[in-house]
Amino acid sequence: MSSTDDRFNGPGPDQIYYNYLREDNFSLPQCQDCHEFHFYPRVVCPHCGSFNLEWKTLSGKGEVYSTTTIRRKPERGGHYNVCHVTLEEGPRLMSRVEGVDSLDVKIGDKVTAVINKDSDDPFVTFTPVQGD
Amino acid sequence: MSHELRGSSAVVGIGLAGCGEAPGRMPLDILAEATHNALDDAGLKLSDVDGIFTGSSYHFMPALSTAEYLGIKPRFSDSSMVGGSSFVAHTLNAAMALKTGQCDVALICYGSNQRTAGGKLATMSEQQIYEAPFKPRYPISSYALAAARHMYQYGTTREQMADVAVAARQWAQLNPAAFARDELTREDVLNSRMISDPLSLLDCCLVTDGGGAVIMVSSERAKDFPNKPVYVLGTGTAHWHRQITQMPDLTTTAAVDAGKRAFEMAGVTQNEVDVVELYDAFTINTILFLEDLGFCAKGEGGAFVENGNISPGGSLPVNTNGGGLSCVHPGMYGIFILIEAIQQLRGGCGARQVDNPEIALVNGNGGVLSSQVTTILGTEAVL
Repeated sequence: MSSTDDRFNGPGPDQIYYNYLREDNFSLPQCQDCHEFHFYPRVVCPHCGSFNLEWKTLSGKGEVYSTTTIRRKPERGGHYNVCHVTLEEGPRLMSRVEGVDSLDVKIGDKVTAVINKDSDDPFVTFTPVQGD
Repeated sequence: MSHELRGSSAVVGIGLAGCGEAPGRMPLDILAEATHNALDDAGLKLSDVDGIFTGSSYHFMPALSTAEYLGIKPRFSDSSMVGGSSFVAHTLNAAMALKTGQCDVALICYGSNQRTAGGKLATMSEQQIYEAPFKPRYPISSYALAAARHMYQYGTTREQMADVAVAARQWAQLNPAAFARDELTREDVLNSRMISDPLSLLDCCLVTDGGGAVIMVSSERAKDFPNKPVYVLGTGTAHWHRQITQMPDLTTTAAVDAGKRAFEMAGVTQNEVDVVELYDAFTINTILFLEDLGFCAKGEGGAFVENGNISPGGSLPVNTNGGGLSCVHPGMYGIFILIEAIQQLRGGCGARQVDNPEIALVNGNGGVLSSQVTTILGTEAVL
């Protein structure tokens, strides 16, 4: 049975998220009741339980919340960064900081989102803010 | 008035098997041997077991596969899966089942051949789709991110984390059954190969085989068995996230809630606890859980573990079997902390025996700091 409520019709939040990224638009749902954003995208606000959500384009600005360097032998591609970035709008996501040695990525660094569309499902990485 | 579950059930049998290496044996072979040892310890037969509580990384329906293997037809089954903390959580479900007559003899059991089957955890976990593109190493990267944040926020050092590994090793050296008993120094840990900054190889738990079994009955009949009963005084469970990006604050675990619930049910406080068994999958765990369970203030865990405070002879006996870091860690470790706490309360642990403990605290961890389950156990003296 299909829903008569538009919020539960059509593609779900996961599909919407990727579709936006494919159009170079980094967006997330914002709760219209408590006004918090959340990641990963859902049909319900995990902060307050409201189902009243709207997609909003993000600034792309964020700050490194934590960071690790995964050590790997050079012949296997060398070490790489895995980090958590807290977005200006509030949510925290896993990503990597590119364009700088992973060991130089520090908690508190200001970063900017870059949409990577190399694979079927795009994802968001970050680069350091110049002059930071 | 005390909680109706406080002390309503007791452990009357424990068994270990295959700890270290058990080549050629399947997970359920090891589980069955541990069950045999626990039944022997309790003076019971397999046919007496009518409640089964188990978890597995190998069987999609663990209680069904386990009961089938053992040839038992339980009245009550529980495969609640909260990762490595499952077996600690089972003490609450078993206490409720025993109290309400759903079963009379509860068997909590686990077995794994993680080491000899290839050295990697055979995880049945689904991929975390929003994390996968970044290739985090599971589970260590999650713990590394928590450790890095704890260091940033509270000034915790790699040296302090190394001290957790050294303390665990010192306990292991007093335990003939522990897997890693060589001399270990702070420098050894600091100089070991970096895996996922700031965690190096010796900040990580062992990969071993092993199994454990615990038999619980109603307290009313707990004295009818050969060994001194160990009573379940209180258990609390809590989980706030599944994947690491969803953890509200990487420096504070749900053990804050689990511990509070367990302390409330047990009616005891931190300073009454004589021995502490924490799920130390990584060195940072011990620091986080000591803080979150209230043994020290938030941010002071590093200083608390420094310079031998949790080592043999220190101010608080922690992970007295040598922990997951130095004793045993076959995929999921929860049942082994439970068994070590029970052994300590029974007495007779030899060189590692804590001086006449009456109350023990166990904290199980599951997922990536996700599920926390605290159980407080006691002797008859504190009933």
